[in-house]
Amino acid sequence: MNLSHSNPVTLPAGRDVRGKLSRDDVIMRGGMIVIALYLVVTLAFPLYAMLSKSFSTFRFELAQYEFQVSDEAGVFDGTILNGAQLNQSTGAYSGGDLAAGSDSRLAVTPFFPDFSFRSPVQYQIRNASDTGRFLVGSDLYDDTDWLTLDSNTFRRVQLRPVKSRGIDNFVNYFSTPALFNSIKNSLWIAVVSTIVTVTLAFWFAYALNRSCMRFKGLFRLVAMAPILVPSLLPGIALVYLFGNQGMLKELLFGASIYGPIGIVIGSVFFTFPHAFLIISTALAISDARLYEAAISLRATPWRTFWTVTIPGARYGLISAAFVVFNLVITDFGLPKVIGGQFNVLAVDIYKQVIGQQNFEMGAVVSVVLVVPAILAFAIDRLVQSKQVALLSARSVPYQPTPNPRVDRIFLAYSTLVALFIVGILAVCQFAALIKFWPYDLNLSLNNYAFDKMDGGGWASYFNSIKLGLLTAVIGTSVVFFGAYLVEKSNGFKVGRALFQMFAMLPMAIPGMVLGLAYIFFFNNPANPLNPIYGTMAILVICTVTHFYTVSHLTAVTALKQMDREFESVSSSLKQPTMKLFARVTVPVCLPAVLDISIYLFVNAMTTVSAVVFLYSPKTTLASVAVLNMDDAGDIAPAAAMGMMIFYTNAVARILHLIASKGVLARTQAWRNR
Amino acid sequence: MTNSKKMLALLLSGTLLAGPLAAETELTVYTAVEAEDLARYAETFNAQHPDIKINWVRDSTGIITAKLLAERDNPQADVVWGLAATSLLLLKSEGMLEAYAPAGVDLLDKKFVDSSTPPAWVGMDAWVAAVCYNTVEAEKAGLTPPTSWKDLADPKYKGHVIMPNPNSSGTGFLDVSSWLQLFGEEGGWAYMDALHENIARYTHSGSKPCKLAASGEIPIGISFAFRGAKSKAAGAPLEIIVPSEGVGWDMEATAIVAGTDDLEAAKTLVDFSITKEANEMYNTGYAVVAMPGVAKPVEYFPEGLLEAMIDNDFEFAANNRAAILKEWQARYDSKSEPKG
Repeated sequence: MNLSHSNPVTLPAGRDVRGKLSRDDVIMRGGMIVIALYLVVTLAFPLYAMLSKSFSTFRFELAQYEFQVSDEAGVFDGTILNGAQLNQSTGAYSGGDLAAGSDSRLAVTPFFPDFSFRSPVQYQIRNASDTGRFLVGSDLYDDTDWLTLDSNTFRRVQLRPVKSRGIDNFVNYFSTPALFNSIKNSLWIAVVSTIVTVTLAFWFAYALNRSCMRFKGLFRLVAMAPILVPSLLPGIALVYLFGNQGMLKELLFGASIYGPIGIVIGSVFFTFPHAFLIISTALAISDARLYEAAISLRATPWRTFWTVTIPGARYGLISAAFVVFNLVITDFGLPKVIGGQFNVLAVDIYKQVIGQQNFEMGAVVSVVLVVPAILAFAIDRLVQSKQVALLSARSVPYQPTPNPRVDRIFLAYSTLVALFIVGILAVCQFAALIKFWPYDLNLSLNNYAFDKMDGGGWASYFNSIKLGLLTAVIGTSVVFFGAYLVEKSNGFKVGRALFQMFAMLPMAIPGMVLGLAYIFFFNNPANPLNPIYGTMAILVICTVTHFYTVSHLTAVTALKQMDREFESVSSSLKQPTMKLFARVTVPVCLPAVLDISIYLFVNAMTTVSAVVFLYSPKTTLASVAVLNMDDAGDIAPAAAMGMMIFYTNAVARILHLIASKGVLARTQAWRNR
Repeated sequence: MTNSKKMLALLLSGTLLAGPLAAETELTVYTAVEAEDLARYAETFNAQHPDIKINWVRDSTGIITAKLLAERDNPQADVVWGLAATSLLLLKSEGMLEAYAPAGVDLLDKKFVDSSTPPAWVGMDAWVAAVCYNTVEAEKAGLTPPTSWKDLADPKYKGHVIMPNPNSSGTGFLDVSSWLQLFGEEGGWAYMDALHENIARYTHSGSKPCKLAASGEIPIGISFAFRGAKSKAAGAPLEIIVPSEGVGWDMEATAIVAGTDDLEAAKTLVDFSITKEANEMYNTGYAVVAMPGVAKPVEYFPEGLLEAMIDNDFEFAANNRAAILKEWQARYDSKSEPKG
C-alpha cells in the first residue's frame, strides 16, 4: 500500500532490524488502538449482541409442569402427571407448537381429553422447577406450590415459555410466507431501481461531461439536491401527485402508487445523486486519443460508444450500480411511507420491533438483510480494487465538441430529469402550505404548528440540528485523526490492516440493523455503557459509526496526497508528530476536513433508519418526526418538516461553500504557486 | 466553558425553584397520553399534591409497552398512568405490577377495574372503535353509508376501505379482537376474509385510516371515534359511523410498577387518578370515562357510542394476542400486491 516504503534495491533477507519505539510511535499506536476500540465497542459488540439475539428463542418446557386431577367428588388420589408425558400420551401439541415467542401462551386443557368446564372435577397444577411460569387469567405464578383450581378456572391456565437457544427463529422465519416473501420483494425493488437509476444517471452524467449544452452548473446543483432530504420525502410527494386525490393520478392509469411503483420512483429520486456522482467521475476522465483512433477507423458513433465510452466507464457503472442497490435494499423510510402492502425487509424489522415487540424476529430479519448488503459491498470493493489508471502521462484529455442537435437533445433530457427532482421538492413545499388538501386549498402555515402533532414538535427540529453539529464536530475529529494515525504511523502492519477493515465495515451494515443492534447492546442493564441509552450521546455515536466509512475514505484520500517526507522531516527536526499534525497536516487537508463535516452534518439531519430505534422522548429528531407524522396521517406537516430539513441542509451547504472558499484562499494559496 | 456551565446550572436551578417549591418526591411516570394533555394532567394533580413532582416519559402505546417489557428486570418507572389495558395485562402477566386498590375504587364502573382483588390496574377512559366515512368522496364513488360491520364486507366497497394493521396498531388489534368476540372464532375469521377483499391497504397506525378518510384518499377508514371527532372538528366532510353489531374498545389505565422506590407517592397518584376531578379532566378528550355519571358529551362524537361498546374480554384479548396476530399475519399480510 505504501509504495514510498518499499526499497528499489532488494537486499538479501536477513534478520529484521526492529527499531526502538519512539515516544511518537507510542502515542500514535496508542491513539490508533483507542479509535479501533471505539469501532469495536460501537460496531462489533452491538452486532455480536444482535447475532446472539437472533438465536435466542422461547420454548414451552412441558416437563417443568406437574398436574393432579381429582375424581368427581373433588378428591385427589395423589397421582402426579408430568406435562411432557401428558403431551406424549395425548398428542395435544406437536413440536412446532412448542416453539414460541416471548409473548406466547399455551392452554393446558388439551392435555385432558375429557375436560369440561362444567364438570365438578378439580385440578392441581404446579411448577416442577424454579424456572416454570404459568398464568391463571393474567396472574403470574412462578413458585413451586400446588395450586388447586376448579375446572372453570382451570381452563384459564396458560403456560409461559422459557428462554432457550437454537435456530427456531430462522426456521420460523423461513416457514412464514408473509416474512420471507420480503426477501424477494426487496431484491426485486433494488434491482429495478438500480437499473432505472443507473441508466438515467449515466445519460445525465454523459450530458454534463461529454456535451456542450448550456446550464451545466445549474444541472449539477439540481442533481445533488436529493441528498439534502430524508429518503421518505419523495414518498410524501408521490402521495400528493399520484395518490387517490393526487394531482396527476390519471398518469398511472388506475395502477396504485402504494407499492412497488411508488418505491421505485422514490428510490430513483433519492439514489440519483449518488449514482450521478460516481458515474460523472468515471466519465470526466477519458483519453481523447481513443476517440481519434475510433474516428480514423471509421467507427460509427454507436460503435464508438460501446467500444470506447462504456468500457472506459465500466468501473464507475458497476460501482454506481452496487451503491444504488445497497441504498435501496437497506432503505426504510420510503417503503414505510409509500410501500402499501408491499413488504420489504427493512420495514419488516421495524414492524417486528416497534409493532410487535418481537425483538428476536427483528434480529433474524436483520441478519437476513445484512447478507445482500454485505455481498453488494464486497463486490463493489473488489471492482474498485481492480480499477487501473485510465489516464497515462501520454493521454490527451477528451474535450467535447459542440454539436447543436445532440446538445439540444441532451439539454431537453437533462431538463426533464431536473424537472423531476425540482418537481418532487416543489410538491412537498406546496403540500406543506395548503390548509386542508383537497377540500380547502387556501394557503396557511397551520402545518408548521408541529407542537400540536406527533413527533416531538419544533424541539425535534432543534434536536436534529444539535445532532448534526455534534456529529460533524466529533465525527470529523475522530475520523480524521484515525485516518491520520493509520496512514502515517510506522510499522505495526497487522494493526493497521485490521483498522482499515474495521473502518470499511460500517458501510456494509444497514442503518436499521445498526440501530437494532444498539438496542440489544446498550439497553442491557449489565452493560457499563447503559447510561448513555436514551441520550443524545448514543445518537451521535450511532450516526458517526453509521457514516464512518465514506468519511474515512475521504480523509485517507486527502492524506495520501501528502508525502511521508513531512513526517521524516519533522522527526529529524525533533518535532513531535502531534505538532506536525496540528500545524501542517490539518491545515493542508482542511478542504477534506470541511467535506467530511458537511457530509456528516447532512446525513445526521436526514438519517432515519438507525436512530428510529434509539431516540427518546427528550431526543426526538426532525427526520423521525417526518416519519411519525406521516404514520399518524398528518401528511402535510410531515412534508413541512421534510422541507425544513431541506432548507437547513441547503443553508449548511452554502455556508460550507463560503467557508471552503475562505479557507482555501487562506490556507491553500501554496497550491497555486 | 466553566462560566457557561455555571450559567447553565444557575438557569436550571432557577427553573427548578420556580416550580412547586415543596417538590420533595419525584415520580417517573410512563404514559401514552397525548403530549398536549400531559401538562394539564400534571397541573391538576399538583394543585392537590404540590409535594410530588411528575417526570413524564411519553411515547406511543407500542413503544412504551416495549420499553416497560425491556426493563422487566430493572424497572425505571414508578407509575404507569395512561396506557392501554391490554398492555397493562401483559405487564401484569409478567408480575410487573403492584396490586393496589385505590381509595374510592368502588365508585368506578366495574368494566374499568382489573378483575383481581386487589386490582393490578384501574381504568381512566375508553377509546372506542368507529368508522370514519367521507361523505363527499363516497358520493363521488356512488357508495351508500354502511351501518354495520357486515355491510363493510359487501363487495361494493372493494378498495374503498382502509384499516390499521393489528400487528403494529393497538386500534387494529382491538378491532380484530372485537370481531372474534362478536362473531365467534370461525365467524370472525370468515368476516375478516370477506373484509380483506375490500381493504385498500393496512396502515401502521390507528389514527391514519381516519385521517386518510378525512383527506379523501380512501373514503372509509376503520379507526377510533376520538380521531374522527377531531378531524370533523378540523372541517373534514366526515360522518362517524358506529356499526350496529357493537364496537371494540380499549381503555387507558393506571398502575403501580412493582419495585417502585416510593410506594406511598405512587399510591397517592393512583388515588388521584380515579377521583371525580381526574375523570372530569379525562372527559375533555374522551367521551367515555371510568366514573359513571361524570362524562359530558364531547363535540362531534357519534351518538349511541357508549351503548355500542361490546362487553370486552380483556383476558381473552391479552392471552390470545400472540396467536391471533400470527394467524392474521399468515392470512392477510403475505399479500404483496396492493389492490387498486
